[in-house]
Amino acid sequence: MSQHGHSNAHQHNAHGTLKSYTVGFVLSLVLTVLSFGCVMSGAVPQHLVVPGIVVFCVVQLLVQLVFFLHMGTAPEQRSNLSIGVFSLLIIAIVVVGSVWVMHNMNAHMMQPVIQSMSSSIG
Amino acid sequence: MFGKLSLSAIPFHEPIIMGTLLMVSLGMAALLGWLTLTRKWGYLWSEWFTSVDHKRIGIMYVILAIVMLIRGFADAIMMRAQQAIASADAAGYLPPHHYDQIFTAHGVIMIFFVAMPFVVGLMNLVVPLQIGARDVAYPFLNSFSFWMTASGVVLVMLSMFVGDFAATGWLAYPPLSELKFSPTVGVDYYIWALQLSGLGTTLSGINFVVTILRMRTPGMKLMQMPVFTWTALVTNILIVAAFPVLTVALALLAADRYLDMHFFTNELGGNAMLYVNLIWIWGHPEVYILILPCFGVFSEVVATFSGKPLFGYKSMVYATMCIGVLSFLVWLHHFFTMGSGADVNAFFGITTMIISVPTGVKLFNWLFTMYRGRIRFTLPMMWTVAFMVTFTIGGMTGVLMAVPGADFVLHNSLFLIAHFHNVIIGGVLFGCFAAINYWFPKAFGFKLEERWGKASFWCWVVGFYMAFMPLYVLGLMGMTRRMNHYANPAWQPYLIVAAAGAGFIALGIGFMLLQFAVSIRNRAANRDLTGDPWGGRTLEWSTSSPAPFYNFAVLPEVEELDQFWADKEHKRAYKQHQRYADIHMPRNTGVGLIMAAFGTVLGFALVWHIWWLAIGGLVGMIGTYISRVYDTDVDYYVPGAEVEKIERARLVPLHKLIENVDPASAGQKVA
Repeated sequence: MSQHGHSNAHQHNAHGTLKSYTVGFVLSLVLTVLSFGCVMSGAVPQHLVVPGIVVFCVVQLLVQLVFFLHMGTAPEQRSNLSIGVFSLLIIAIVVVGSVWVMHNMNAHMMQPVIQSMSSSIG
Repeated sequence: MFGKLSLSAIPFHEPIIMGTLLMVSLGMAALLGWLTLTRKWGYLWSEWFTSVDHKRIGIMYVILAIVMLIRGFADAIMMRAQQAIASADAAGYLPPHHYDQIFTAHGVIMIFFVAMPFVVGLMNLVVPLQIGARDVAYPFLNSFSFWMTASGVVLVMLSMFVGDFAATGWLAYPPLSELKFSPTVGVDYYIWALQLSGLGTTLSGINFVVTILRMRTPGMKLMQMPVFTWTALVTNILIVAAFPVLTVALALLAADRYLDMHFFTNELGGNAMLYVNLIWIWGHPEVYILILPCFGVFSEVVATFSGKPLFGYKSMVYATMCIGVLSFLVWLHHFFTMGSGADVNAFFGITTMIISVPTGVKLFNWLFTMYRGRIRFTLPMMWTVAFMVTFTIGGMTGVLMAVPGADFVLHNSLFLIAHFHNVIIGGVLFGCFAAINYWFPKAFGFKLEERWGKASFWCWVVGFYMAFMPLYVLGLMGMTRRMNHYANPAWQPYLIVAAAGAGFIALGIGFMLLQFAVSIRNRAANRDLTGDPWGGRTLEWSTSSPAPFYNFAVLPEVEELDQFWADKEHKRAYKQHQRYADIHMPRNTGVGLIMAAFGTVLGFALVWHIWWLAIGGLVGMIGTYISRVYDTDVDYYVPGAEVEKIERARLVPLHKLIENVDPASAGQKVA
């Protein structure tokens, strides 16, 4: 009995159910429509368009990871989850670090040049 | 028709290159002729080139590394000779453009085609044996990875005789590496050689992460893996995380050179500093990719030859993981001087100092393992002790340079050159040499001779100190790296000493080759019949030497760390089974080699802008792979009866041997 229950649970975690796939499908459709709407409807102020798309994109990513790739906190998924978290950490370090480094370098090295250029042009 | 390629690409007017070409051609002709005369081609093809056996692939990686070590060292000794001569009025014998190619090729070859194949080869040879697996998770992919690395080697070697190699330094910083300043094919050779071999390395990384996480023998928990396997796991995770960054950086540089893009150019919004940033995001983890497996080797060697379990196994594992994460947080220390503010420099300076802490933990662990152990000073142990001394010095100069203020003085000076050779030779190479001496019997079934090995050891150690200690001094005296000529005669004596040191290293390499030759000749006398020549602790020593192609007739059951040691203590080792099950094995295939050959064609065609050939290479590569996908005959079963025959042939005489002398515990127990 317990074995049966276990294999059921395993199946659920490994392959998902019709319900989870439907929810994931609908959610990703909604998010896609929202992203397009963000750009095409004209209802969103110009300066919020890019941040809006980025937010929808990240949520989309999470939806796909959870509903289609079955990443979650279940015991069978723990190694996948830890690898996912590690990847996120590395990506965060690389992206945030690069932006910080490049911006800082720009601020220190490029500003006077631009000023002198603009003053010479002006 | 042939793009930029014409006969004028061959440097007929360069006597040094033509002389080298002549020597290499003669050597190749002799080798090929010998192989043909002794009819070795069929054997090489069916037993080695098409092999998917991780041990054979590992051995081929190491052979590739040794061959390229000689090539890279030839570059090194040419540079040392040039600098020993080219003071004040003397111009030396190498023209600047040639000299620039030599130091670039030296760096590229030593990192990508010596250190990497060494490390990947060792992981191939040892990891599946240590975790009680019969092969890696994807044996075909493994063969493909190896041949892609070889493909990169072919391109680099070819660049010497057809066209030229990059003259930009080993990381090809733009804007110098852009088309405007490097109009020849040198940088293109660099890009495609590294892209091809980088693909192989990334795939290897994936292969080993899966192997270690999924293919461990029943019962072996993560915290029961030998330390070498742990370091291999972290290294391969780093490979998977870091190598794509290199691929992207090089792809963007290629886009600049081929498609007229402006990612890193001076004009039109390009930013060369972004390349430097990206390449070091790969580059810093890369040095830990190289050193971590060597830390693993030293851990195995110290524990075995001190006759004690490794001191602080858990702290070793956690230190490795810490280094793995921290290695992603220090990359800016390679370009403190590029112009970031004090806050950024301070952050990366401090993380750099922090990363030396887990490394220090490891050193103390090795020392405490040796403490009150019954140490046997065999060759692997000697290399380990030399490493501990040398690496500590290199580590300390590294921490010194982690201070941004000090780095402004030392950046790009010979002090830096001395520092990283100090850690790469003293760490990675010494580790690989320790590993070769340690695992050689497992690979080939006989031990290496000690005598020539010791001669090689002393030449290497003395040569290393003679060659690089003067460079520290020269760095403090203000000599910068990559100088073809210098005007300050005060530097010359130090450079002459350094050149003499390189001469000692040449002897070290020579004696090492002699050691191999003599050991092969005397192999009958040094045969290892037990499979456990050193009194080892981990699973690779429980099987025969050389390990049978299926590694383990019965997958070992693991309940603790150092399972094999415990088995020997409790007289459970070398169990003979009543019957053996059939063993499922992958079939050899030449597809990996053929795909890599097409890859080489693709790379060569891209270098020379021969577009039809490039398309041909790519289509050939993909087509060969598709043909492999439809091949269903990729595996077979070794019948249990055959396994039984092989096992009996080993175990029956072995049991007699054990009854007589009990080699498993004789002379190796701690008093």
